[in-house]
Amino acid sequence: MRIPLSALIGLILTGTFLFVAIFAQWIAPYDISDVSGGQWEGPSAQFWLGTDTIGRDILSRLIYGAQITIFVALASSVLAFSLGAFLGFLAAVKGGWIDQVLSRIVDLVMAVPSLIVALVMLSVLPLNLTVLILVMGILDSTRVFRLSRAVAVDIAVMDYVEAARLRGEKGTWVIFREILPNALSPLVAEFGLRFIFAVLFISTLSFLGLGVQPPLADWGGMVKENKDGLIYGKSAALLPAAAIAALAISVNLVADWILTRTSSLKGGRGG
Amino acid sequence: MAEPLLEIKGLVIEATSYPPGEPPKDVTLVHGVDLTLQKGRVLGLIGESGAGKSTIGLSAMAYGRGGVRLTGGTIHLNGREIRLANAKALRELRGREVTYVSQSAAASFNPARQIMEQVIETSLSHGLMGKVEAEARAKMLFRKLGLPNPDTIGNRYPHQVSGGQLQRCMTAMALCPKPDLVIFDEPTTALDVTTQIDVLAAIKEAIRDTHVAALYITHDLAVVAQVADEIMVLRHGRMVELGETGQIIHRPTQDYTKALVSVRSLEHHEKPPAPPILQVQNLTARYRGTNFDVLKNVSVDLPAGQTLAVVGESGSGKSTLARAITGLLPPSQGRITFSGRQLSADLAGRTKDDLREIQMIYQMADTAMNPRQTVGTMIGRPLEFYFGLKGAERDRRVQELLDQIEMGKGFAQRYPAELSGGQKQRVCIARALAAKPKLIICDEVTSALDPLVADGILKLLLNLQAQEHVAYLFITHDLATVKAIADKIAVMFKGAVVRYGQKSDVLTPPFDDYTDLLLSSVPEMEQGWLEQVIAHRKMESAGN
Amino acid sequence: MHPILKLLVQRIALGLLLLLGVSAVIFLGVEALPGDTAQAILGQQATPESLANLREKLGLNDPPLTRYFQWLGGVLTGDLGTALTNGADIATSIGQRLGNTLFLAGCAAVIAVPLAIILGLVAARYAGRWPDKLISGVTLTTISLPEFVAAYFVIFLLTQLVPIFQPVAMVFPGMGFWERLQAVALPVIVLVLVVLAHMMRMTRAAILNVMQSAYIETAELKGLSPMTVIWRHAFPNAIAPVVSVVMLNLAYLVVGVVVVEVVFGYNALGQYLVDHVTKRDLPVVQAVGLIFAAVYIFLNMLADIIGILSNPRLRHPK
Repeated sequence: MRIPLSALIGLILTGTFLFVAIFAQWIAPYDISDVSGGQWEGPSAQFWLGTDTIGRDILSRLIYGAQITIFVALASSVLAFSLGAFLGFLAAVKGGWIDQVLSRIVDLVMAVPSLIVALVMLSVLPLNLTVLILVMGILDSTRVFRLSRAVAVDIAVMDYVEAARLRGEKGTWVIFREILPNALSPLVAEFGLRFIFAVLFISTLSFLGLGVQPPLADWGGMVKENKDGLIYGKSAALLPAAAIAALAISVNLVADWILTRTSSLKGGRGG
Repeated sequence: MAEPLLEIKGLVIEATSYPPGEPPKDVTLVHGVDLTLQKGRVLGLIGESGAGKSTIGLSAMAYGRGGVRLTGGTIHLNGREIRLANAKALRELRGREVTYVSQSAAASFNPARQIMEQVIETSLSHGLMGKVEAEARAKMLFRKLGLPNPDTIGNRYPHQVSGGQLQRCMTAMALCPKPDLVIFDEPTTALDVTTQIDVLAAIKEAIRDTHVAALYITHDLAVVAQVADEIMVLRHGRMVELGETGQIIHRPTQDYTKALVSVRSLEHHEKPPAPPILQVQNLTARYRGTNFDVLKNVSVDLPAGQTLAVVGESGSGKSTLARAITGLLPPSQGRITFSGRQLSADLAGRTKDDLREIQMIYQMADTAMNPRQTVGTMIGRPLEFYFGLKGAERDRRVQELLDQIEMGKGFAQRYPAELSGGQKQRVCIARALAAKPKLIICDEVTSALDPLVADGILKLLLNLQAQEHVAYLFITHDLATVKAIADKIAVMFKGAVVRYGQKSDVLTPPFDDYTDLLLSSVPEMEQGWLEQVIAHRKMESAGN
Repeated sequence: MHPILKLLVQRIALGLLLLLGVSAVIFLGVEALPGDTAQAILGQQATPESLANLREKLGLNDPPLTRYFQWLGGVLTGDLGTALTNGADIATSIGQRLGNTLFLAGCAAVIAVPLAIILGLVAARYAGRWPDKLISGVTLTTISLPEFVAAYFVIFLLTQLVPIFQPVAMVFPGMGFWERLQAVALPVIVLVLVVLAHMMRMTRAAILNVMQSAYIETAELKGLSPMTVIWRHAFPNAIAPVVSVVMLNLAYLVVGVVVVEVVFGYNALGQYLVDHVTKRDLPVVQAVGLIFAAVYIFLNMLADIIGILSNPRLRHPK
């Protein structure tokens, strides 16, 4: 199987980030709240990437930040996906009023940008990880609903699905053996995109002060803490920013590759 | 010998294919074809899909569609070599000396501009005539081509006129700049049977009146026999045979040509009437949310082991009849009796045996097969589902069925994407057979296939009927197929049955108006047939 | 009645209905969430009496539906309520800031839209070749960045590495037009970058779609010059999809504005919203949220309407 260079880079980078996130406790040289250096020190043998606004090791905080960012993004994506894909398939296969009601609700939620809705909800709700994951997951599930419904509808009108129905196959067979295998590739690619979006979203929320709260820190929060340094030429804030960018781009490369690869597989949902 | 209008020698055409996951590779589409066309003559290019006929036709204006490259040989148009001509020179000859009529006029017209503007566009841009003169010529052509309201139809937008009319507008667009050569690329293939004939006649008359030369591309030998002076048979990018039309259709010399010619002569001895296995009585149905009936009081029956052909054009209700019989469209009135018992109107109410004994085969084998399942899985599922066969026993039966459809070992592991069109349809037939049905509904199963492949499928179906004593409800719009396979015929028009009975009765005059129209619209492989039909129709309308 | 009029009326009605629904979600949906407003204002130390008093004063004891309609009625007459934190009239606070936000968004749009269309045209014209790959590659990276990340990279680039601009955008009433422009230059650049990528990619796709249509081939086979083909045949059919794309992305701009304002400390609606979310000032958040939602819905509706108006099948029915 030939993997193009871009996808390979994406896979390696994504793998590295995942590894770091899982084994953060064992890799990070310092503790997350350990104040052991001066403010905004440059890179040194003691602090490989320098220190942040209060004197904590940036590298360690980046590593723990990876854990938090990826954990929250992954959890909300899984929630968004299970909820959205399940309901989307249900709407497509059952049709009728279930489809109508669900689609109208989704239309309503999607009529406003996610950030605005999130801001409104977070002005009332307590700010902890569970709430964040729930809010992001539910908001994102609307997009997954639309996509999976569209994919399922496209497949459901194919003659081979009708042939299965005419045979007398039950609904579960039709969904799992006829529709789902052909819906996998766009769905998998979509999961990648949802994950990226969740990373960007939680980072943005944290940057605005409404995401992950101290003492926990994700990359967005780190940018917020260190942004004043930029005026003095201290580039500490750019490191977590670069980390966000790197993660997003690498997952993008992998998702792109999956889409092009599997749409050319024997069948699949090409085009 | 006058200098020929078009002289092509040793034409080689290549393209690059990009198989997924592999490096791109070059394929040769046309291997050194020679072609000569004199002024005012019509040459028919005939072949199956992939033969290269459109590719060669388009090379007459040195055009390669979709990245296709003209890499070798010479193309002389009016004495000038054009294969290596630069873009400017090509723009001068295109739309002026050579014009093109495509298969789908609906897609070829700009939806945002009126028809007249597009028809005269090339005459104006090449400076051939002024606007007033061009419009007058266009209206004259509209009239000649038999379009209604020739003076005002130009003011309409493409989506406001019908398919057949638009195809004629496209022909007018091609003839307006007084070209030397017109390339007709399957101009009537996408039209309904009854419309085809009118458009074909219009084209033939226009060609004759304007003394234009033409390349007529089609896969239908009977059609090309009506318009062409000479015919070139193509296969896999090579010329198989070239000759005068009469010689090709009456005395073909090559085996492949002989096969193409004999495709329409498949005959079938009709079986005598017998007790029916399927009885449809007074069936009326409509789609939910609409206010008109798509099936109107339809009554037909089908004896066991025989074939009932349901013929009609698009919108006639023939496919809807199939949906009603299978239970996908519950009728509002009437009943369906099968094997002596009444069938539930709705799919949900049918027993497993009901479902098993009626099977369906679709027109497009591509969408009728799950791309993620192997041939073995697809044929094996009915065996599991209806008969509980598993494991080795099931695999053995799958192989038996594969043998029956004349596909050998090793096919069970293949995926649909690895099969040809004919092979896919055979697998669909095997899937239907696996259920040991008493009735198979064939919904236009040969319409999407090339003539020779379709012929093979029809022969297979007839053999299987003899072996398995299964009845066919054969839905089609092609009368040649009907003659080949039917015992009984039902002709449908706008949801109602207009003529029904034994084949020999249905096909013997006197006919009702619609059947007359339908039967007379099927081109016979005889030169002069078209003129006969047109004269006959003129007489009819004059007499009315 | 001309069928197109019917479609237009339907679409506008749908937009209004959507807005109403969103207002209900913003007001009632938030009410349904756990969290006591009175508690949030007075803090943990509040006595039950003071809580009860505050609830009475704020009208929190009325049934939610009544309060919703009161609020809605207020909105329609221009009264957006008063802020919890400082008692200021919300409508007045919004007025000036709305102007600032629109100015910022407007400047960004004026630059981004023509740029996106031109780049999209170039990428489509040379599809598959190096100009296309270059443009697509660069935009792929900018799409992957959240707005604030892009913002800080740009700030670092243009204030530290190559010091051209100031990292803060201060505008106040009474500033001249040119002064304003200078002040917002950096945030505008950031906004343009954020929106450009999406807009350009969608424009490219829309144009390619038109270029690959059969009637373009017909025009080529008629021997028309490339300019004529593009101008007379491709362009009229590409306008609608491209304008739709632009509208949709302007809606996307609404979100970008909020973050960019916070990054630069730009005193406008986005900053106002975020500040009051942190302070949990519900009336402000609801009012501003409604305004952003209205703009977004309006732009989407405009995109749909343009799509309807430019479809020849609908303009000239059979």
